[in-house]
Amino acid sequence: MSRLHVVSGKGGTGKTTVAAALALALATEGRRTLLVEVEGRQGIAQLFETEALPYEERKIAVAPASDSGRRAGGEVHALAIDAERALLDYLQMFYKLGSAGRALKKLGAIDFATTIAPGLRDVLLTGKACEAVRRKDKNGRFVYDAVVMDAPPTGRITRFLNVNDEVAGLAKIGPIHNQAQAVMRVLKSPETAVHLVTLLEEMPVQETADGVEELRAAGIPVGGIVINMTRPALLDNGDLDIAARGARTGVAKALSQAGLGGARRGGLADRLIDPLLEQAREHAERVELERAEHAELTAIGLPTYELELLPEGVDLAGLYHLARDLRKQGPI
Amino acid sequence: MTADNTTLDASAPRLEVDTLLDDPHTRIVVCCGSGGVGKTTTAAALGVRAAERGRRVVVLTIDPARRLAQSMGISELDNVPRQVKGVDESAGGELHAMMLDMKRTFDEIVEGHADADRARAILENPFYQSLSAGFAGTQEYMAMEKLGQLRANDEWDLIIVDTPPSRSALDFLDAPKRLGSFLDGKFIRVLMAPAKVGGRAGMKFLNVGMSMMTGTLSKLMGGQLLRDVQTFVAAMDTMFGGFRTRADATYRLLQAPGTAFLVVAAPERDALREAAYFVERLAAEQMPLAGLVLNRVHGSGASQLSAERALAAAEALTDQRAEDTHADAGTDAGDDTDAPAAARAENNLETGGIVDLDGGKAGSRTAGGPSPAAAEHVTPTSASAAQLAAGLLRLHAERMQVLARERRTRDRFTALHPEVPVAQVAALPGDVHDLAGLRAIGDRLALNLTETDDTDTDD
Ligand SMILES: Nc1ncnc2c1ncn2[C@@H]1O[C@H](COP(=O)(O)OP(=O)(O)OP(=O)(O)O)[C@@H](O)[C@H]1O
Ligand SMILES: [Mg+2]
Repeated sequence: MSRLHVVSGKGGTGKTTVAAALALALATEGRRTLLVEVEGRQGIAQLFETEALPYEERKIAVAPASDSGRRAGGEVHALAIDAERALLDYLQMFYKLGSAGRALKKLGAIDFATTIAPGLRDVLLTGKACEAVRRKDKNGRFVYDAVVMDAPPTGRITRFLNVNDEVAGLAKIGPIHNQAQAVMRVLKSPETAVHLVTLLEEMPVQETADGVEELRAAGIPVGGIVINMTRPALLDNGDLDIAARGARTGVAKALSQAGLGGARRGGLADRLIDPLLEQAREHAERVELERAEHAELTAIGLPTYELELLPEGVDLAGLYHLARDLRKQGPI
Repeated sequence: MTADNTTLDASAPRLEVDTLLDDPHTRIVVCCGSGGVGKTTTAAALGVRAAERGRRVVVLTIDPARRLAQSMGISELDNVPRQVKGVDESAGGELHAMMLDMKRTFDEIVEGHADADRARAILENPFYQSLSAGFAGTQEYMAMEKLGQLRANDEWDLIIVDTPPSRSALDFLDAPKRLGSFLDGKFIRVLMAPAKVGGRAGMKFLNVGMSMMTGTLSKLMGGQLLRDVQTFVAAMDTMFGGFRTRADATYRLLQAPGTAFLVVAAPERDALREAAYFVERLAAEQMPLAGLVLNRVHGSGASQLSAERALAAAEALTDQRAEDTHADAGTDAGDDTDAPAAARAENNLETGGIVDLDGGKAGSRTAGGPSPAAAEHVTPTSASAAQLAAGLLRLHAERMQVLARERRTRDRFTALHPEVPVAQVAALPGDVHDLAGLRAIGDRLALNLTETDDTDTDD
């Protein structure tokens, strides 16, 4: 089973939310997971309703026990990785730079290096995550059972993870080059799984298909597809079929029986019918589109997971709810 | 709640889209907003509408959906506008459209400002390649650059610009300056210093800093990397000031009277929060805001029926059915829900008369689609009609809940910015990827139905 879960997807589809839910879901039976973010947006802190995360691992949540209560929960730690800090730490570690490091920072060199060469920035970010994946304690046990990364969106994910290629053009030798190679070994191993979050809409589904193809071409293992914000089909095919053939009188009667006014022509219940049927037609059209998108996702041939749309948005309770839903759908 | 909302709603002025598009003084319309709210679609729809109302329009889109790009004939990236076919030109207008090619635009700036050899050196430099393809802000800068070029051509009387898909609408205003000042930055000057001042005494400390840094950086990344950076910087030298100047010029263009900003947002909390920031920022920058386009708003033709009542009625209908079925098997659970008494009393009598119900219904339902044989003669009976009615009511309740939520978020925005004119665009059930779809969006934009209008037409 993979231990580094990279969560990507089109912008706004729920990457941060799903990554957090996954980190909670994976933290069962005393397991400890690390949730990392790499884009400096403090999305995790917002979601967990805590103050901004420093560049430092800290516990942010205790994962729930299983519904039956038979399986205990674990804990989720979090880290907001900052490329500039990572570079300074790195320089410190390898060169004991001290004041020279500060001078570089003052000149804007660090900023320059991490900005002008996105490949460099990425290798620092992924490098930190890989380090956490492989870190062991005194007894030789992994410190984190799993690391979940709230990653950049699909459009950038392959470049982001394919650090080796990116950095190769820039640094052909030296520690950065070596670091990139080490990172790449982890990212291309079965220890890693990239999951893509999507909605049942055309653009995100298209991006998901493209993204899977790109990742595969780059030799990076793809895990599953998380279909987020699904909505129940409130009317089934049969109903829609009847509605399509216009079931005016019967429906008017039923509405009237349910206490919604007179069923005769022009009566209150009768006047409800057209707008209600119109809504049903729109619903049917949407269900149809969603079904087509769903088929397209299934055709990709990866395991899929579904998370329902929480009507009131995702607060902390909602997040735990999504985590439970993920758990119920088997190992991810 | 409703009374409150209507007052707030009434106080938000309407955005008159046609007036804006028809006004010959409107030369640039910028569609901005956070990602995923429909900026590209809105920009394209405005383009089609303006062209069909007689203006010579060019639309600059960024990352359009593939099918949308295809339907406008702009799926090849050649970085120049193409005339869009299928637009009604009888009013004398025309629509041209293009999709921004960020790298190409950057390359063209380089080619336009350096002699051939130098340009080649820059274009081949790995740092340039990484910068032009991936620097955060390059896309925004190049969008502005392209806008400046289109405006300078003076070939169109209306330019509609889409903005890059960023998390924050403000990026569009900030990123170009970021690239500009980055290229003019302190560090770059240090890198260039030895070449420029040739060890003048005053610069000595810089050179110390420089060699220390050169040492560290080349240890870290290998000497080649640093040489690449230095060649890049040296080659770009003449152009640096230029980037700042260009960014500044386009910025001023955005403040000019012929420019109108439209902030696009979905009626969701995050999107409207971004929209509010953006509105405040535009005011601070003295950039002219035309209004807010609230995209994908839901409506209902039956808004007089509340979610609560619809759900209660649906439940009554379902309970009734459950009871009927149970009664057959002699296991009436005798549940004591308080469904309308009238509903129960009548229902048994009426359904009793119709016997073909269960067989017919099962046939059409489990097949997962209409079975042609059944479809011909099955007329909905009152039990299946009751189930259908219950389904319709649940669907309606869900819709009303969405409406209420959208209204709450919108009202929060309106309360903060009562001065901002608003146009609401009703949600289409599917995606938009052809001219007809864009036209439909344009119609909705111009019609700008508010809920008050909705209920007016109902009563
Ligand atoms: N299952 C869900 N039900 C309801 N709302 C959801 C669900 N998943 C995500 N959301 C909401 O959708 C919005 C976007 O989610 P989120 O921030 O996780 O997306 P993202 O992909 O990380 O976005 P970005 O691309 O900006 O990083 C948030 O307001 C979030 O609360
Ligand atoms: Mg996010």
